[in-house]
Amino acid sequence: MLGLSVDRLRADMNRLLALLFHQGVLDEQFLQLQQLQDESSPNFVSEVVNIYFHESEKLLRNLRALLVDKEFSDYKKMGVHLNQFMGSSSSIGAKRVRNVCVAFRAASDQNNRAGCLRALELLEYEYCYLKNKLHELFQIEQQRILAAAVRYPVQQHHHQQPNNP
Amino acid sequence: MGCEIEIDQSEDMDIVLSSMWPENINEAGRQFNIERPGADQDMLEEVTINKESNIVDFKRLMELTNYSDKGNWQLANLIKNWEYRQANAVRLLREELENLSKQQEEVELKKLEILEEHRFEKDGYGGDKRPISVLDEHLKYLYQDAPRRKNDVIFRDEKIEIDAEYDSVIYWKQRSMNLEKLLEASLQREQILLGKLQESIENLERQSSPVEELSQVLMRADNFLHFVLQNAPVVIGHQDKELRYRFIFNHFPSLREEDIIGKTDVEIFKGAGVKESQDFKREVLERGLPAKREITFETELFGTKIFLIYVEPVFSKTGETIGVNYMGMEVTDQVRKREKMAKLREEMAVQKAKETELNKTIHITEESMRAKQMLATMSHEIRSPLSGVVSMAEILSHTKLDKEQRQLLNVMLSSGDLVLQLINDILDLSKVESGVMKLEATKFRPREVVKHVLQTAAASLQKLLTLEGHVADDVPVEVIGDVLRIRQILTNLVSNAIKFTHEGKVGIKIYVVPEPHSLTKQDSQKMSSDQTTDSATMGKELLMSEMEEDKVSHPDAEEPVVWIRCDVYDTGIGIPEHAMPTLFKKYMQVGADTARKYGGTGLGLAICKQLVELMGGYLTVSSKEHYGSTFTFILPYKVSLISDSSDDSDELSHTENQDFPNDGNDDDLHSGIFLFQPHTLASQRSGRIPKLSPITYGFNASQRLNGLLEDSSSPSSRITYKETSLEEDAYSAAGPMEASSDLEVSQTHSLLSNNSCSAEKNELGHSDMNNHFHPYAHSTSSSRVSENTNKTSETSVSQERYQTHEERDRASECSSSNNAEIPTAELKPKILLVEDNKIIVTVTKSLMKQLGHNVDVVNNGAEALRAVQRQSYDLILMDVCMPVMDGLQATRLIRSFEETGSWDDAVKAGIELQLPPENSSPNSQQKKPGKRIPIIAMTANALSESADDCFANGMDSFVSKPVTLQNLRQCLQQYLPE
Repeated sequence: MLGLSVDRLRADMNRLLALLFHQGVLDEQFLQLQQLQDESSPNFVSEVVNIYFHESEKLLRNLRALLVDKEFSDYKKMGVHLNQFMGSSSSIGAKRVRNVCVAFRAASDQNNRAGCLRALELLEYEYCYLKNKLHELFQIEQQRILAAAVRYPVQQHHHQQPNNP
Repeated sequence: MGCEIEIDQSEDMDIVLSSMWPENINEAGRQFNIERPGADQDMLEEVTINKESNIVDFKRLMELTNYSDKGNWQLANLIKNWEYRQANAVRLLREELENLSKQQEEVELKKLEILEEHRFEKDGYGGDKRPISVLDEHLKYLYQDAPRRKNDVIFRDEKIEIDAEYDSVIYWKQRSMNLEKLLEASLQREQILLGKLQESIENLERQSSPVEELSQVLMRADNFLHFVLQNAPVVIGHQDKELRYRFIFNHFPSLREEDIIGKTDVEIFKGAGVKESQDFKREVLERGLPAKREITFETELFGTKIFLIYVEPVFSKTGETIGVNYMGMEVTDQVRKREKMAKLREEMAVQKAKETELNKTIHITEESMRAKQMLATMSHEIRSPLSGVVSMAEILSHTKLDKEQRQLLNVMLSSGDLVLQLINDILDLSKVESGVMKLEATKFRPREVVKHVLQTAAASLQKLLTLEGHVADDVPVEVIGDVLRIRQILTNLVSNAIKFTHEGKVGIKIYVVPEPHSLTKQDSQKMSSDQTTDSATMGKELLMSEMEEDKVSHPDAEEPVVWIRCDVYDTGIGIPEHAMPTLFKKYMQVGADTARKYGGTGLGLAICKQLVELMGGYLTVSSKEHYGSTFTFILPYKVSLISDSSDDSDELSHTENQDFPNDGNDDDLHSGIFLFQPHTLASQRSGRIPKLSPITYGFNASQRLNGLLEDSSSPSSRITYKETSLEEDAYSAAGPMEASSDLEVSQTHSLLSNNSCSAEKNELGHSDMNNHFHPYAHSTSSSRVSENTNKTSETSVSQERYQTHEERDRASECSSSNNAEIPTAELKPKILLVEDNKIIVTVTKSLMKQLGHNVDVVNNGAEALRAVQRQSYDLILMDVCMPVMDGLQATRLIRSFEETGSWDDAVKAGIELQLPPENSSPNSQQKKPGKRIPIIAMTANALSESADDCFANGMDSFVSKPVTLQNLRQCLQQYLPE
């Protein structure tokens, strides 16, 4: 009864992670990231990933803006952005996003505008998927932490949350 | 004027016959008066009337009619009627007579006239003809044989027409002839009238006497009565003063007249009710008032019948009662129906009453259920915020506090713990009581459970106690039962034992026993075993049914049941004999003294007992005061046939399996002895005495450890397990950690959390049967640790608050620079990270921290140059692609500076250095120009910048992105020789 919710949440998390790994959305780098999370930085993963989200959204905006300009697409600048995107994606272990970035970069290297647009679509899709999944993961994680933090965890966490600002 | 002297039938029925019924017997009956029979005379003719059914004593009737008012009145009526009719007849006759005499007078007159004329004739002729003779003859004839005629005699004045000449012989002859004819006619008429008269007189004579008439009327009434009554279930009778029957009407007579008339009821029948009816009649007779009564007869004559009897007194003219009229109607069916109705009504009333009662009970039950539910809800509702308070307080306890604050906080925490425990207990209890508690059949390993319970107990142990566990070899590796509950029971019992034990040991012993029947009695010498077994069998059934359910779901799994006995013994204060009976009662403790001294709610044992019994087992206790107590519970378990701990095991064991990935193959499976010896007393930091809380059930040691290290919000004080048998694993590493530097502490922690799986594996892998765990707590609280906890608790408190990443970034930078100022950092190599990607920066920084290094971060090549100019570094991690100045160029410029000792190239490249170039020379002179800073490129291996480029630009090595702990460690080992 008591304490179960922690295990359940842990299991949920593991299941979700397993799924993401299986789908190739994430790779080992993400695990590395998780292992970096210790008592001195308990929210390390979510902090990093939040920064990632923030940066990536900026990059995606820029990339789209560059591509929308039909006359003159700055492929070089695009490449820089993509490098950035690739770097951060690989750092958090967002494997599929990174792979799409590689393809995108290849297209931009060839000044292939149509390919770039397709790649951007795909990139946006993958990014959204990743973001949703990671949000889900963090939500569970948060609940788990709360459940673990309270010595007498309650099964319904919505009861508890208001008390833990 | 003819007149018939027939009796007109319709006329004589003008008078309404008074009913023979007593006037007040049946108000409705009044409407059934006797009708005019003229119209429906036939009706009566068709009806055959059984005249024998009434038996009349005529003498008595005469008497009655003579002496009783009613009879008189009736007679008078009849006579009046008769007289009226007679008068009518007389009147008619008189009229006729008058007519006749009138005619006779006329005839006489005529005769005289004729005689006068004859005399005149005679006188005239002297004739001697006597017409009389002719007349006589005629008269005689008439008189003798008067033809019956209707009285339509018409008198005519006839004129005699004589054709002959007056006063001639012919004339006279003719005239006399005519007269003679007239006379003859007259005589004839007279004759007829005489005949009529005669006839009338004869008729008159033939007319009935009043008695005859009366009896006719009576007969008719009687017939009617018979007709009306012929099928009615009534008995009508008249009895005289002595209650002897004088008249009885009974349509279904079973006795002959002579058997009844002149006898009393009692003389006629025998049986129940006869006497009663006689008495009733007598009563009526005496009182002189009519009355009704229902009397049940039970006689041989007609069986059981119920009669409604109406009795009215009959008075003589002088007002004395001379008898009773009696009328009875059989109402057996009605009474039966009525009684049945009454019975039904009664039953309904009873039913209704019962229903009301039941409703009331239901209401009360509901009420109490609601109250219980209320209690549970309340407890739950209280628990949620309270757990918030307690957990926050726990987080607070990890922050930097002065001594007084900490003491206050400790009091707060222990109070909070107590309330939480109490609420949990109440919740558990109400769950068990209300039957909500559901048992789960899960696969688990008894040895692990024992070990974990003891571990947890050892973790919070504050006394010098040895905790030991013995699991007998015959106990199966895996059994099926509700592991959470069993843990709860064990934990409760163990914590109880610890609470009341001040020195010595507390232990758990587990072994298989045969199915207990006689066993319980042996074991519970001092126990009130009766109640135990009673409720236990109930629980057993419950479990059995549950098992059957399980069987339904897994029909192939036919697991044998094994009874395992578990003793929790201690060398504590023991339980006095007098406290035994109330030991397992709710809110009961051995004494008020105990409660004061040891605290607690007195719910723990009650819960244990209820849980054990719910699972179909027995909980008993034996104790000797001052020597210790042993709590024993015996539970049935199913033996798990499938011993591999694969997917089909439940969630809990699943998580366990995750933590012990390989323990299925381990010797630990069968090691049955656990010993936790006292090491040191807990430091003043862990001043809390938490009763072992159920949260620990789901945890095992490594989980707990993980939890501790991962989130600082974990409430428990820091505890590590030290193993005496040294192995190259994380646990042994944790031992000397105490003495090492703070940095190492954090490093080990992270290592621990990284490798906890393998650590656990190692620990399980070693073959030593005796694992000794030494509970002790860290007493070190360095500035570093408290600083860290301070920071982290801050972050965790503000988890939900939005924080922009810039802020975080700044914060992290801030902290990194703070860290740089820590004096111990002097010993450490200085590392510069040049990277524009914030994520990579963060990750890398964190990685480096894991490896025990702090890094300075700059965001592009130009900044890197300035940093290098400012300070010397032992290592530079350089991203290749960067805005403003990429890594390759920056490296080139640094190399150029190293070679020339001046930043001229950098200045040429347009880099604004912090210090003017001329001032930089002293700086550069400080450095040994020949010293080459290792610069390691960080490349995304898919990118075009090749290793060749890196080396060509003066880089020493490269790590491919993403940077991992491994390649970073390798790199550092290579370029930072210690």
